[in-house]
Amino acid sequence: MEWIVETDKLSKAYNGIKAVDQLNFKIKESEIFGFLGPNGAGKTTTILMILGLTEPTSGKVKVYGHDATREALKVKRVTGYLPENVGFYEDLTAKENLRYITRLNGIPDKKSLPKIDEILEEVGLSEVTDTEVGKFSKGMKQRLGMGAVFVKNPKFAILDEPTAGIDPEGVDQILKFIVKISREQNITILLSSHLLYQVQKICDRVGIITKGHMIAQGSMDEIGKEIIKKEETLLEIQVSKVTPNLINSIKEIEGVKNIEKSDNHFLVKCDRDLREKISKTIVENGSLPLQIKTQDYTLEEIYIKYFREG
Amino acid sequence: MSRLKVVFWKEFADYFSSRRFLILFIIICITGSSITYIASQIIGQDITKASVGFIFLKLFTSSAGALPSFTFFISFFGPLIGIILGFDAINSEHSRGTMSLVLSQPIFRDSLINGKFLAGLATVAIMLISIILVISGLGLSTLGIVPNLAEILRIGIFFVASVIYIGFWLSLGILFSILFRRTASSALASIAVWIFFTFFIYMVASVIADQLVPVTHTATAEMITKNEYLKKMIMRISPATLFEEIAVAVLNPSVRVFGFVLPAQVKGLIPNPLSLGQSIMVIWPQFVGLIALMVICFAISYVIFMRQEIRAT
Ligand SMILES: Nc1ncnc2c1ncn2[C@@H]1O[C@H](COP(=O)(O)OP(=O)(O)O)[C@@H](O)[C@H]1O
Ligand SMILES: [Mg+2]
Repeated sequence: MEWIVETDKLSKAYNGIKAVDQLNFKIKESEIFGFLGPNGAGKTTTILMILGLTEPTSGKVKVYGHDATREALKVKRVTGYLPENVGFYEDLTAKENLRYITRLNGIPDKKSLPKIDEILEEVGLSEVTDTEVGKFSKGMKQRLGMGAVFVKNPKFAILDEPTAGIDPEGVDQILKFIVKISREQNITILLSSHLLYQVQKICDRVGIITKGHMIAQGSMDEIGKEIIKKEETLLEIQVSKVTPNLINSIKEIEGVKNIEKSDNHFLVKCDRDLREKISKTIVENGSLPLQIKTQDYTLEEIYIKYFREG
Repeated sequence: MSRLKVVFWKEFADYFSSRRFLILFIIICITGSSITYIASQIIGQDITKASVGFIFLKLFTSSAGALPSFTFFISFFGPLIGIILGFDAINSEHSRGTMSLVLSQPIFRDSLINGKFLAGLATVAIMLISIILVISGLGLSTLGIVPNLAEILRIGIFFVASVIYIGFWLSLGILFSILFRRTASSALASIAVWIFFTFFIYMVASVIADQLVPVTHTATAEMITKNEYLKKMIMRISPATLFEEIAVAVLNPSVRVFGFVLPAQVKGLIPNPLSLGQSIMVIWPQFVGLIALMVICFAISYVIFMRQEIRAT
């Protein structure tokens, strides 16, 4: 099966206010799909519908071909879920918490106990397996949450804001762990985050959601093109001196849309890569180009840009 | 079914390892046994004159001087046991952040609430069995009498009624734990209902009855009876009233009618103890009422829980 998750005009309204609006997206087998958008965009709502924990107002979502609302149990059997701000039973130990999860999954203790030890080791909690979770830090709970997702041997894992509220070092560990386990065990991952810059690097494909709409999906490159209408290129130019007619001459080049000047630095927006023509013009105007750089849009810029426009 | 069992055993173990349970249990055991101990001393003194049977049951119903009887103790404090076990059943899962974790496992949503309710009931049952055994043991040793079969059966019925009575308060606590996201609110709401049914229901019943059937100094006996009857009926919306009536009738084999009785009604009645079957006939409406209250309260919790948004709003 190629598509693990498929949504069809998935919508959810709370008291008439649309939290998720006609969302269409697909997740491929064994990819890490980044589900990115600012707070309140509707990510968690979408995830809850994928798991059958909330009913869509309209539309459908299928996971492994099962209707998530009507066959929620089938979906939940193969899906691991890390909720946003995951919590645990504070007076149970890390091991006991995971054992509750495996029992709820109908895994016999004989099979689950070695797996629990193994997974606690993998998430770096082997020293505290018998410590009550009440004594855990936020980061440790988050790692235990990762343990709870993967201890049931899921085929598909949904991680809602796995890096929120964690120190940078912890974030790195968690992301590395996600990549590792996904590659090693061929697990498809849906990774939701509002911290796009943080998680983007481990995603094979991303979907960007704002105000309940999916505004773009695909690989990073595809997204860049889709959002920026990629014909637009930004050039950063430094010249040896600014001669009187220089700016006007550059402006007159076909394809240049806009030019901003500060001292001998220009920022030129054009609809294609015009570096050659521009350097020629600079020389013709009696100056010299000291450096010309194309500015790539990072995803963050794409993101900021989109939100400013939207 | 098997998932329900998993939830049940988890919750059950939680109750038994919680400090809350331990404290409750100790209080109940100490109070219960001291009440019965003093009661047994008093019973022991009249044991020679009281030739009528069912002395063993008196352990549960005799008030010992300033101390209330054990049945009164259960009718008064039983609700607190149920409330304490139930008031944070659901909202604590929300505030801890375990709700989505648990419900995203392959279980039906109702396994969670059913498992919690049944674990609470089992905990209550075990508490009550222990204290009844303690009381019986005390009775055996201080009075030196062995309960007969009828007494054991009557105590059994009393036990079942107590579990259902406390089960009502447990399900009320669970209901409020679903309705209120804060545990403080659900605790307060539960206590308010308890106070109403325990302290104010009598006043409310009197006011309504006096409005409908005023009893003045010219009132006929018929009107007084009617007034009393009305009062009694209104008070029966309180599970405490139902439970008390069951306890009184099942533990006092001589009780055949409840409440205010005119001499005319008693005339011709032979003051012989009722058989177990006859006592059951007397209490079954109350019994059914008590079960209905518990079931309805739980059913409401169930329906609301099943439809509730998984996220706090
Ligand atoms: N139970 C609820 N009742 C009403 N509105 C809700 C509820 N849950 C979420 N919302 C609203 O739905 C929108 C989407 O929220 P959410 O899915 O949590 O966004 P995200 O996870 O992307 O931050 C928000 O505007 C939020 O206020
Ligand atoms: Mg969210």
